[in-house]
Amino acid sequence: MTAYWFEGGVEDVEDAVEGLRNEAPEEAADLPSLAVESGVFTDEEHYYNRLHEATLEHARRRIEELEPEDSAVVHAVRTLDELDDAGGRLRQRVEDWRGDSEPVAEAEDVVDAVEDAREELRERVEREVRDVAPNLSKIAGPLLAARLIAEAGGLDSLAKMPSGTLQVLGAEDALFRHLQDGTPPPKHGLIYLHPYVHETTPEHRGSAARCLAGKLSIAARVDRYSGDLRPELKEELDMKIQEIQSRGEGG
Amino acid sequence: MTDIEWRDFDGVEVPTTSGEAAADEPVVDGRRVWHPRRSKLAAALVKEGFPGWRKVLYLGGGAGTGPSYVADTAEAVYAVEFARSPARRLVEVAETRQRLFPVVEDARKPEIYRSYVEKVDFLYQDVATRGQADVANANAEYLRSGSTAWITVKARSEDVTAEPEDVYDDVEEELGENYTVEGIVDLAPFYDDHAVVTATKI
Ligand SMILES: C[S@@+](CC[C@H](N)C(=O)[O-])C[C@H]1O[C@@H](n2cnc3c(N)ncnc32)[C@H](O)[C@@H]1O
Repeated sequence: MTAYWFEGGVEDVEDAVEGLRNEAPEEAADLPSLAVESGVFTDEEHYYNRLHEATLEHARRRIEELEPEDSAVVHAVRTLDELDDAGGRLRQRVEDWRGDSEPVAEAEDVVDAVEDAREELRERVEREVRDVAPNLSKIAGPLLAARLIAEAGGLDSLAKMPSGTLQVLGAEDALFRHLQDGTPPPKHGLIYLHPYVHETTPEHRGSAARCLAGKLSIAARVDRYSGDLRPELKEELDMKIQEIQSRGEGG
Repeated sequence: MTDIEWRDFDGVEVPTTSGEAAADEPVVDGRRVWHPRRSKLAAALVKEGFPGWRKVLYLGGGAGTGPSYVADTAEAVYAVEFARSPARRLVEVAETRQRLFPVVEDARKPEIYRSYVEKVDFLYQDVATRGQADVANANAEYLRSGSTAWITVKARSEDVTAEPEDVYDDVEEELGENYTVEGIVDLAPFYDDHAVVTATKI
């Protein structure tokens, strides 16, 4: 039904909420006066009270309907990893085959198709993660941001995580060995992929990892709770890392 | 609904409103301080003055803090926010304000809320994503002709490689379909690389 929200009757909240889902009429209108003129409401106060009640209820339901925005990213990253594995194994198979005889063209087409699909998916992940977690993506780079979110099981869990946990996220095996056998604790997990960690000399790598994890943790919280853009986080990190990397040997 | 009043705070004349606190904002003389470092709209008010508004469409409502101040000073505010977590908080804030109406929808698809969002005399937009001009154009139908729109643009979220000035020029050109651009208000020193495009609906 194309009608303004109140036109199907607003006897109870349920009718009113139903009305909010009406299909769009032709154009936006001066609704309160229209509604009062039509006799549905006694005055504008009455109109707004009903509308308030209805929009609150409607909004609560809409929120329940919304997927957590990051679930698409989590699925996509996991699929990306599967495609990586599958693509690598297939490529290896075909190479082995080539060593002995000429593989059929179809087999090579499949390998190419898997690799194309992987590329496309990677681009999509990078796009989506920038929307879901702009600050985290800015600091970590989109792919690492997506991997962190996926490893944590969502932006929500990542944001709630202490930064020390984020720092070793993805290094669960090493952490387990440390707890069980007393081997040295891991200094970094997935975040090793970040140039600020792997390009820092081993001596200072632990400090760099801690510093990066701290900023990533803040970025994840800003993305999760406020949605604002905070470019200064990256600037602060850049300065801090520069300072760490310029520390001397044994310093 | 009451007016904005100006108070001296941290050496700056800042807007204040009366109403129940919505977050952890400071309060002076029992009035809520709308701090220009915490809100782009407050920064724009400090730099540009109060444009006056009765009915407001607020795109990118976030967690409802900005909309709560507007609601203190307007007859009706429609706050559009599409992300789950800020929307939750927005609804909580709207529960405390009779004339704040949460709209949990995508501002790029304004026809979805056309059955209940009325025509307004002020449009504020702070969506902090790419394609800001598209959002403003899509929602132009809600703004009365001759009324004002303030659109925050963040140079870097439009195109990371472009110079800020270029980005503002592009936005200005794209808005031309529906708006006459009146000016561009730099939000420094409160926000870096942010500006508010002030425009009049054609
Ligand atoms: C910078 S925040 C707004 C903060 C708000 N102005 C305040 O002062 O409280 C930007 C918000 O816009 C929302 N947003 C971005 N694109 C949107 C869209 N297409 N439709 C609705 N909301 C959108 C984001 O989810 C985010 O919460």
